[in-house]
Amino acid sequence: MLFRSVRTAPLRRAFTPLARRTVTTDAASANVESPVPQEDDKLFTVRLSDESFETYELDPPPYTLETSKKELKQMYYDMVAIRRMEMAADRLYKEKKIRGFCHLSTGQEAVAVGIEHAIDRMDKIITAYRCHGFAMMRGGTVKSIIGELLGRREGIAYGKGGSMHMFAPNFYGGNGIVGAQVPVGAGLAFAQQYNEQPNTSIVLYGDGASNQGQVFEAFNMAKLWNLPVLFGCENNKYGMGTSASRSSALTEYYKRGQYIPGLKVNGMDVLATKAAVQYGKEYAISGKGPLVFEYVTYRYGGHSMSDPGTTYRSREEIQRMRSTNDPIAGLKQKMLEWGVTTEEELKSLDKTARANVDAEVAEAEEMPVPDNTSRILFEDIYVRGSEPKWMRGRTVDETFYY
Amino acid sequence: MAAPRLFRPTARLFSSRLASTALRSNLRQTACAPSIYRRGYATENGTKEVTVRDALNEALAEELELNQKTFILGEEVAQYNGAYKVTRGLLDRFGPKRVIDTPITEAGFCGLAVGAALAGLHPICEFMTFNFAMQAIDQIINSAAKTHYMSGGIQPCNVTFRGPNGFAAGVAAQHSQDYSAWYGSIPGLKVVSPWSSEDAKGLLKAAIRDPNPVVVLENELMYGQSFPMSEAAQKNDFVLPIGKAKIERPGKDLTIVSLSRCVGQSLTAAAELKQKYGVDAEVINLRSVKPLDVETIIASLKKTGRIMVVESGYPMFGVSSEILALSMEYGFDYLTAPAVRVTGAEVPTPYAAGLEGMAFPQEDTIVTQAAKLLRL
Repeated sequence: MLFRSVRTAPLRRAFTPLARRTVTTDAASANVESPVPQEDDKLFTVRLSDESFETYELDPPPYTLETSKKELKQMYYDMVAIRRMEMAADRLYKEKKIRGFCHLSTGQEAVAVGIEHAIDRMDKIITAYRCHGFAMMRGGTVKSIIGELLGRREGIAYGKGGSMHMFAPNFYGGNGIVGAQVPVGAGLAFAQQYNEQPNTSIVLYGDGASNQGQVFEAFNMAKLWNLPVLFGCENNKYGMGTSASRSSALTEYYKRGQYIPGLKVNGMDVLATKAAVQYGKEYAISGKGPLVFEYVTYRYGGHSMSDPGTTYRSREEIQRMRSTNDPIAGLKQKMLEWGVTTEEELKSLDKTARANVDAEVAEAEEMPVPDNTSRILFEDIYVRGSEPKWMRGRTVDETFYY
Repeated sequence: MAAPRLFRPTARLFSSRLASTALRSNLRQTACAPSIYRRGYATENGTKEVTVRDALNEALAEELELNQKTFILGEEVAQYNGAYKVTRGLLDRFGPKRVIDTPITEAGFCGLAVGAALAGLHPICEFMTFNFAMQAIDQIINSAAKTHYMSGGIQPCNVTFRGPNGFAAGVAAQHSQDYSAWYGSIPGLKVVSPWSSEDAKGLLKAAIRDPNPVVVLENELMYGQSFPMSEAAQKNDFVLPIGKAKIERPGKDLTIVSLSRCVGQSLTAAAELKQKYGVDAEVINLRSVKPLDVETIIASLKKTGRIMVVESGYPMFGVSSEILALSMEYGFDYLTAPAVRVTGAEVPTPYAAGLEGMAFPQEDTIVTQAAKLLRL
C-alpha cells in the first residue's frame, strides 16, 4: 500500500512498518519537547508515544497533539468527575437504591473524555449500556444521570429509562441490546451526509458486541455509501465473562472492517484518544468514508453490578491495570511533570470535582419519584398530540384515555 | 351449514372430554409421573425443596447424560456457569464439546443450532434473555419452525430454545418483555412456560425430547424461588406432557387461568379471595402456551361459569385475548359473566419502581378484578 509507513512518524516506526507492536495502555506515555507556556489558553504541542496507535490500511494520525493547560485541566476534571459519579452509582446500587442492571465505566473514562474533547456538539454519539460517562460528556448533569439511576421524575429520561437508556442532545443512548446500536449509528451518519453536515457520528460498541452480524452489515453500508462514521470498539478485553480471544476469531478489532481502514488507539491515554478521534473526524468528513477504531481500555469493575469481575480474570491483572495504567493517574503524572499545574492546584481540582459531584448526587437523592399515575405511566409512548385515543392498562378499567 | 361446524368443537367437548384426555394421556405421557395427576405429593417425606434454577439445571444435566446428541450452547453458559447460573457445573461435567460458550451473536448461534438440529443433533440453545432472542427470531421462526412443513415432513428440527422471558425487575423497556404471544402464534413451534420447579424440570426435559422446535420461556424472577418437588419429579425419567395444563388450586366459583410467574400471584390472590369473600377460585397453570390445553380450561369454565386470565404480556393480541376468544368459541353458553383478563399494561416497561408496578399485574389487581367479576 502506498500510504503504509513513510511518514512523519517517529523514526523507529518507519524502520519497521511490518513489525508487530501492540498499542501501549500506558496512560502516561506522552511528552512535551519545549516548556509549557504560562498562559492557560495558549496552545502547545504534546508528543504522543509512538506506541499510541496501530493502523490498518491507513496513515497513522499525527503523533503530536495541540492542547492547552486549560484543556488538560478540563480533561482531568471530566475524568475525575465521571469516576466520582460512577463511584456514587456503585454505592447507591449497593444501598439498593438503584434497581436492575448497572454497568459502570470505571477505568474507561479516557475514552468518553478523549472523544468529547475531539469533536463538537454537532457531532453525534451512540453507545451501548455502559453509558453514564458519555451521557455526562454530552451535557447530562450528574444530578439528572444519578436521578435516572434512582428512578426519579427529574432523571435524564424522567425515570423511564434507568441505567442503560440515557439520551442528550446529539447523544442517542444508552442502548440495551448488544450490537444493535451499530447500524443505528450508521443511520446517524447517513443523516449527517444527507443533510450535508460537516460532522461525524461516533458509534461505540464493546469487544463482545463486535461479533454481532449487524455490526458487519453496518460496516458494509457505511463503506458502500461513504458515511462519515467512526465505528469504535471499546475493547476492555472482556465481554461479560468471556475474554476477547474466546469470543473473537480475530481480536484485532480495528482490522475487522476488512475494506474499511482501521486505527487502534491507546484508550487509557486521553490524549491519544483525542488525537485519534480528531484525525478520524477530519478523515470522515473529508468524504473518505468510515473508519473502524479500537480503543484499548480496561474496566476495573465487573461487567455489571451483579458480576464481581474476578472469576474470569485475576485480581493481579486488575490491580496492575489500576496501579500502572490508570487514565486519571497517567494524566495527572504528565500534568505535574510538564508543569501544567501544581500538586496543590490538582488537589483543589480533585476536591472541586468531588464536591460538585457529591452535591449533585445528594440533590438527586432528594428528588421525588414520579407520581404513580396513569398519566405519567402512559405519557410519551407516542409523540405528544399523535397518540391513539387510548391505551389499555392491566384491566379494562385501567384503560387510559389521552 | 356453518353453524354445526362452528359448534363442533364445543360439542366434542360435551361428549368426549374425559375419554379424549384419558386417551391422550396414555398416548403421550408414558414417562410422566402419575402423582402429578393426583395432585399433591404421595408422601410428605419424599418431597424436597428445590429452586427453579436447580430444577432446570437438573433437567439439563439429565438430558445431556441421557443423549449424546444433546448439547447446550449460548452466551456465558460454560465457563461463567450461565448468566443466571442455570448451567452451573455443566461444563465441568460434560466438557467443552457439549457445553459451549458462544460469542454474542444471537442470529449466528441460533442459526447454527438450527443447522445442527437439521443435521440430526438435539441442540439446546440458551438465550441470555428472550429479549436478545429478538435478534434471532428470524432463525427461530423461518428456519426452525417452518422447515418440517416446508420440506413436506422430510426434515425435522429437534431444537430447544430456552432462557428467561417476561417481566424482570428494574431493567426497563429493552430487557423486560413477555414473548409468549409472539412464539405462541407460530405454527410449527411448541411453547412451554414453567412456573414451579416441577414444571421447570418436567417441561424442559419434555422440550428437549420433543422432536420439534420447542421454545421454553422461563422467568428470571422465578429462578431463585423454591418449590417442593415430589419424589417422582426428582427421578431422571420425570417428564411433563407438553400441551397439558395443571389445576394448581381447585375451586368452584371462578376459573383463573395463568402462566409462569403470574400463577404464583394468582394463587395468592385466590387465597385472599377465599379469606376475604369466601370465594373458591380454581387456578389453572397453563404450563404450555402452544399447544394450549383448551380442554382443561373449558372444563373448568363449565364448572365455575366465570373465567379470568392473568398474564404479564401486553393485552393486545396476547395469550389472554386468545383464551378469552376460545372461551367464547367453546364455552359461551356456560359463561355467567363476561370473561375478563388481567395483563401487563400497554406500555414499554418503565424503569421507576412505582410506574413499573403499574405496568404489570399485582396480586391486588387480580383480587379487585375477580371481586368485580363476581360482583362482590
